[in-house]
Amino acid sequence: MPFVTAGDPNMAFTSKVITRLGQLGCSMAEVGFPYSDPIADGPVIQASYTRALGNKLKLQQIFDQIQTDRAQWSMPLVAMVSYAIIHRQGPESFILAAKQAGFSGVIVPDLLVEESHAMSSLCRKHDFNLVQLVTPTTPPERALRIAEASSGFLYFVSVTGITGERAQLPEGLVERVGWLKSRTSLPICIGFGISKPEHVKLLAPVSDGLIVGSAIVRCLESAAESQEQALQSASQLVSSLIAALESQ
Amino acid sequence: MSTVESTSPSVTPTKAQASMQVPDATGRFGDFGGRYVPETLTRALDELVVEYQKARRDPDFQAELDELLHRFVGRPSPLYHAKRLSGMLGGAQIWLKREDLNHTGAHKINNTLGQALLTLRMKKTRVIAETGAGQHGVASATACAHFGLPCVVYMGAEDVRRQKPNVFSMRLMGAEVRAVESGSKTLRDAVNEAMRDWMSSVEHTHYIIGSVIGPHPFPQMVRDFQSVIGKECREQCLSSIGRLPDVIVACVGGGSNAAGMFYPFIQDTSVRLVGVEAGGRGQIAGEHASPLSFGSPGVLHGSYSYVMQDDDGQTSDVHSISAGLDYPGVGPEHSYWKDTQRVQYTSCRDDEALGAFDLLARNEGILTALETCHALAKAAQIAKSMSKDEHLVICLSGRGDKDAAELARLRGQQW
Repeated sequence: MPFVTAGDPNMAFTSKVITRLGQLGCSMAEVGFPYSDPIADGPVIQASYTRALGNKLKLQQIFDQIQTDRAQWSMPLVAMVSYAIIHRQGPESFILAAKQAGFSGVIVPDLLVEESHAMSSLCRKHDFNLVQLVTPTTPPERALRIAEASSGFLYFVSVTGITGERAQLPEGLVERVGWLKSRTSLPICIGFGISKPEHVKLLAPVSDGLIVGSAIVRCLESAAESQEQALQSASQLVSSLIAALESQ
Repeated sequence: MSTVESTSPSVTPTKAQASMQVPDATGRFGDFGGRYVPETLTRALDELVVEYQKARRDPDFQAELDELLHRFVGRPSPLYHAKRLSGMLGGAQIWLKREDLNHTGAHKINNTLGQALLTLRMKKTRVIAETGAGQHGVASATACAHFGLPCVVYMGAEDVRRQKPNVFSMRLMGAEVRAVESGSKTLRDAVNEAMRDWMSSVEHTHYIIGSVIGPHPFPQMVRDFQSVIGKECREQCLSSIGRLPDVIVACVGGGSNAAGMFYPFIQDTSVRLVGVEAGGRGQIAGEHASPLSFGSPGVLHGSYSYVMQDDDGQTSDVHSISAGLDYPGVGPEHSYWKDTQRVQYTSCRDDEALGAFDLLARNEGILTALETCHALAKAAQIAKSMSKDEHLVICLSGRGDKDAAELARLRGQQW
């Protein structure tokens, strides 16, 4: 499950990337909505947000482009959006616009389960998924509560930290995910730090999906100079990860 | 002046009374505040709530902090009657609450010592902090040197340039200063970078937030630590003037000196409270840093409060001549006080603040921090419209030595 930054460097290219990722066999795509002050993101995704916003990307452009091209893609799309953006639109307007554009759900990295009641019931009302996150610092009983509140899938953050490629994933990760998996019927997708075929081989058996963000965004960094080269480099990475998945 | 009504001396009637019993258990001041952060930080914030509540009830904690504030910081800070300035302006008697005389030269140390003590109680072994003007960075470096804690301070690259003396002081006390090159290279970006550090280090690191901003419990905790300003001031007014003052004026960036000064007076409705934001070069978005005057409620840095944002929810660029006020957000309790009309918020332009610097330097022999100069400028205007038997207090939140080089640069003078 790839993560791509919307509008880096423009929405037409983002659309091309999603098309290519679908052709390669990705089962879902996460579209990051650029935000000026992303606290959970490492330097690679931050820089991509800065580039997109530097090119004056507006929220409406994201919705318009996705809606225009949505019919070409068979995989579900989920939006990754900071709550500052959702609040400014009004949660219900945001949900309606995202749904109309063709998103199946939204991940809000800074909306804790305690603060999410209103958003959560609006999502239910409009049959839209609100994906909640569990992290290594989440105590077990809280993780179960978060799983209960989540819909679509549960996002398991692999590391205590920000997004970005890691050489190694933390010890005990497989066990922690396995424990939660045995206690919820919700699919669990793991994200943060995943960038190598070894990671995929390690985590595929305990999860329903693996989210790869910074590694892909880094491949796409040079798109402003050569779109084809950037696409090629991202395709190679994604193909190698999918091959690792299929070898399981 | 950016707003006209603010110069009127009349007391604004209060509606739906502001309560001192805020925030609630979820960190809400009315609608404002709360906690909008990644799940990763929740456990540490919950632990902080528990530890802080325990410390508040622990007489030993309070005694240790009071002792430090007395012998290390030099509290109580004087309430000084600026007679020459008062006479010159010809209006109200002007009193200065001299937070600039604290060790490290500003009010920031009141908070960092409290939070450093909490760091030790939580058995955390490292401290991070953000800073704008560098005063909070210096106060954090000081508290950490005092307790032997390693300290990393994030500071926007633009602020590193314009507040060099403070950068040097932090390094002298063993702190590591990391210049932040992203975004506008100012306080907002320093907060982002400190939050990112904390995302990875939260298990052993405490983040000493320097203002009444951020996720619950920071706005409450920082207000409480800074309330020593208002508590002392209230007693000093009663003993020096024989009654409460008519007006109190403080500058507002994130709003910690103002929150600490105002909070103990919230129920004294005869006292008019005025918060002064940075009006920068004018009222057009991007030219000022006045979210309470010109912004609208939104989410930034972990809480819901007035903020400068565009229609998409992206944080707007702001401007102020003073690094400490150059911030697009403000503490949630100020938003609460604004909406309950307990505090009047107004703004003061760069050039007015610079004028106020000279006013106090030449007439009282005090060099004032550029942040504080915003409060001075507005207070001077209000004082002129008051009578000689009325009393106005200014929270003199910091001293101006740090700004000397920047002032020279702005005026094209040799440094």
